[in-house]
Amino acid sequence: MEISYREAVRAAIVDALERDPKVFLLGEDVGLYGGCYAVSKGLHERFGPERIRDTPLAEATFTGAGIGAALAGMRPIVEVMSCNFSLLALDQIVNTAATLLHMSGGQFNVPIVIRMATGAGRQLAAQHSHSFEGWYAHIPGVKVLAPATVSDARGMLWTALEDPDPVLIFEHVALYNMSGEIGEDAGPVDIDRAAIRREGADLSVITYGGSLHKCEAAAATLAELGIAAEVLDLRTLRPLDDAAIFRSVRKTHRALIVDEGWRSGGIAAEISARIMAECFYDLDAPVARLCGAEVPIPYAKQLEDASIPQPETIVAAARRVVGR
Amino acid sequence: MTEPSASLLHQMLRIRRFEEASAEQYSAGKIRGFLHLYIGQEAVAVGMIRELRDIDAIVSTYREHGHALARGISARSIMAEMFGKLEGCARGRGGSMHLFDAATRFYGGNAIVAGGLPLAVGLALGDQMQGRPSVTACIFGDGAAAEGMFHESLNLAALWRLPVLFACENNLYAMGTALARSHAQTDLSARARSYGLPAESVDGMDVLAVNRATAAACERIRAGGGPEFLEFRTYRFRAHSMFDPELYRDKAEVEQWKRRDPIPALELLLRERGLLDDAALAALEAEVAAEVADAVAFAEAGTLEPVAELTRFVHSEGR
Repeated sequence: MEISYREAVRAAIVDALERDPKVFLLGEDVGLYGGCYAVSKGLHERFGPERIRDTPLAEATFTGAGIGAALAGMRPIVEVMSCNFSLLALDQIVNTAATLLHMSGGQFNVPIVIRMATGAGRQLAAQHSHSFEGWYAHIPGVKVLAPATVSDARGMLWTALEDPDPVLIFEHVALYNMSGEIGEDAGPVDIDRAAIRREGADLSVITYGGSLHKCEAAAATLAELGIAAEVLDLRTLRPLDDAAIFRSVRKTHRALIVDEGWRSGGIAAEISARIMAECFYDLDAPVARLCGAEVPIPYAKQLEDASIPQPETIVAAARRVVGR
Repeated sequence: MTEPSASLLHQMLRIRRFEEASAEQYSAGKIRGFLHLYIGQEAVAVGMIRELRDIDAIVSTYREHGHALARGISARSIMAEMFGKLEGCARGRGGSMHLFDAATRFYGGNAIVAGGLPLAVGLALGDQMQGRPSVTACIFGDGAAAEGMFHESLNLAALWRLPVLFACENNLYAMGTALARSHAQTDLSARARSYGLPAESVDGMDVLAVNRATAAACERIRAGGGPEFLEFRTYRFRAHSMFDPELYRDKAEVEQWKRRDPIPALELLLRERGLLDDAALAALEAEVAAEVADAVAFAEAGTLEPVAELTRFVHSEGR
C-alpha cells in the first residue's frame, strides 16, 4: 500500500501504543493540536490525554520527565518539535539519558525514545532547519537513527522501543510528505545495518536521511553520464555500520559522503577518517565530502537551497571524485 | 507528633562521623575529585528520609552522602565508591557526587544543578501511571532555584498533580554565591507557591521540625494532593568542597550557625527528657565509630575494576 512518511511514523506510534500499555507520547502540541508536523493527528482523541500528553514549552523538563518515567518502568516516546529546540534539552539527553547507565555502574538503564524533526528545505530559517544528528552521534550511550524511507519510518520506532537504552530518531522535515510503498504487515526493521539503495561500481555515495533521495536522483543523472554510483544509506549514525561502509568503498575505490550537517567536525569527517584508516590502500581518490554550507540556514529559497547538498551539486562532486 | 529519640541522634552521628572520615581520607589521598561534605545539614537528611517508604524514590545532588546513608545505602559501599573501588555503590564509576542504588530507589547524586528535578517529575509520573502509591523525594539546593529547570519542573509537577516532594536544602550559598547575590526573590517558598504548590519553610537545623513537616507533606501527597515544596533552612559548616578557601563568607557567620548544630541540640533535648546519658552517648559514638572504621577498612580492601571493563555499561548488556 502507498503511505506517506508522516503516516508511517503515525502508524508506528499507533502500533506501539496498542502493543504496550507502558508506551506513551509526550511533547509540545502532540495532543489537541496533532503535532507540529501533524504526525500525531487524531491520536489524542483515540488514546486520550494520559497517553498522548501535551506538555508545557519546557524541553529540558519534559525530556527529563520522559527519562524519569523510563526509569520508573514506562516506555515514553518524547517528541521534540525540532532538533534546534532539542538544544534546550541537551543537558537531560547528554548528562542524564546517555550517562546514567555507565555512571551508576550498570544499575539504571534508560529505555527512552526521543523523536525530533531535523533538516532544511521548508524555508523555516536558522532556528528550525539545522541538522544536529551528527552532534548527537558524538555521544556514547545513545543510538542515533535517521530513517530516510517510509519503511524505516514505519519500522525503526518499533525496534527503538525494544532497545533498553536511549534512542534518538531524526525525521527529516522534507520527508514527511514523501510517499512510498509499504507492506500491509510492515513491522520492525533492524537498526544495525546500513542499506545499499542503489548498486554501482564507480564510487560510493554515502549518505542518510533527507539527502538520500537527492543522492538517488544524482545517481540516476550520473548513470546517464556513464558513471555507476553506489548509494549507501547509513540509516543509523551511532553506531555506524563500519563494515558496510568499508565493503562498499573496497568495491568502488572511491567515496563521496553527503551530509546536510556542517562539514567542520561533522559526521562526514568521522566517516572519512574511518575510511582512511581502514581502506587507505583501496582508495583511488581522496575521500570527498559534500556538506551543508557553514552558515546558519537562511530563509530565502535560493539561499536555503544553496546551503545544503542538492542533486546538481552531488553530481558535480561525484564527477570530481571519479575525474570525468 | 514526632518524638525525640536516640535513633535520630544515632543517624545524625553516623553522617557526621562518616563525613569527618571522608575528609580524612581525602587528605590522605584515598578519595579524589570533588568532595562535598554534608556536615551541618544532617538534620535534613535524617528528619526527612525517615518518612520515606521502600516504594518511594529519591533524587539527590552532589552533596548526597548524608541522603544515601539515611536511605540505607551501606557506609561500606559509599566509602568504597569514593575510593573508586568495584565494591562501591556505582562500581567506582560515579565517586562522591554520583552515588546510586537500585535496591533503595536512590537515583543518584546529580552534579548538574537542578538536573535532577525533571528526573524526579518523570519518576513520579511513571509511578503514578503504573498505579504505584509512591512519593519521589527530590532534593536540591538553593542554587537550583536559579535554574530554568526548577521553574519548569515545579510547574509541570503541579500541572499534572504528581507525587513529588520538592525538598530544597537552602544552605544560603550556591557554591560561593550567597542567596541574596543571585536571587531577586530570596523567599524560595514564595516561588513554589506561585506555581500552586503548598510550600513551607522549615528550620533545617531542627531534626524534629524537619520530620514533622515531611511527615505532613508526605501524607498529603500520598492522599493524592499533588506535589509539595519544603524549604529546609540549613547551613554547611565546611567549605563547599575540599578546594574551597571560603573567601565569600565570614568566619563569624559560620561560628554563629555552628551554635545551632543539630546534633548537640538533640543531645541536650534527649538528656533533658532523660532519654540519654553519658554512657548511652558513648555507646552510640562507639557504634558509629566502628561502622565508619569498618567502612574505611572495607573500601581500603576493595578491588579495582579491571581497565578491560572500561566500556561496559555504555549500553545495556545482554542485547
